[in-house]
Amino acid sequence: MNSLQNYLLLSSLLFSIGLAGALIRRNAILVLIGIELMLNSANLNLIAFWRFGPNPAALTGVMFTIFSISIAAAEAAVGLGIILAAYRHSRTTDLDQMNSLKG
Amino acid sequence: MNAIFLILAIVTVLGTAAAMCLRNAVHCVLALTLGFTGIAALYLQLSAQFVGFTQIMVYVGAVAILAVFAIMMTHQPEPAKPPTFSNFWVWGSIVAAAVFSVLAWAIHHSSVTRQPPTTQVDINVQQIGVALMHHFVLPLEIMGLLLTAALIGAVVIAMDRKEETK
Repeated sequence: MNSLQNYLLLSSLLFSIGLAGALIRRNAILVLIGIELMLNSANLNLIAFWRFGPNPAALTGVMFTIFSISIAAAEAAVGLGIILAAYRHSRTTDLDQMNSLKG
Repeated sequence: MNAIFLILAIVTVLGTAAAMCLRNAVHCVLALTLGFTGIAALYLQLSAQFVGFTQIMVYVGAVAILAVFAIMMTHQPEPAKPPTFSNFWVWGSIVAAAVFSVLAWAIHHSSVTRQPPTTQVDINVQQIGVALMHHFVLPLEIMGLLLTAALIGAVVIAMDRKEETK
């Protein structure tokens, strides 16, 4: 069986990949996907701590993760709606070209 | 570290890294589904079956399809392809690498992370349902309200305003 350390290292690596994607991609949809990836790595952390914790029968980690997945789904729907509205306004999803708030 | 964990970790990291590096956005989402499936398999390995299947249904089934739809609705053929990455991609990569270094240093020096797992847990869906309906019923109701509000809000935001004036 693996130790908790491996899961935490993997999830911090996934978090860094998501952070890099959210920081350096130009497409707004892929920035949103990077944020989803960071949420996923946090979920993996929660499940790993639940599995290796002292009282797994309390189900707290599983509950946290289920609610976190629901919030991530709602966030994806609202985020993609905002991206569609912004695209209809400025005809681009390139974040480097979306540089005006009122225009 | 056993072989199954190693394979799953490599598949997950490769899928997510490809999702953040590829040029074509649809290819990015396809690579991302591979990463999400790898994370779901890691949940199964951690004996959280319900969360694993929820991950497949929500992320692979819903979020990835939603992202593909958004990419197709905002796609435009461009004669001169713009660069994939932002102008300050070096600084973004440095920040991400620094975050990973700090996290890995903290995990490596922590004494909490070396404990062995507790005895094999046997959590089935019935226990999760009972817990959701008894102890966690208020968060469940609030989550339903939030999902309703978010979906209505997403429809209102994405609606075409020109049709209102007709």
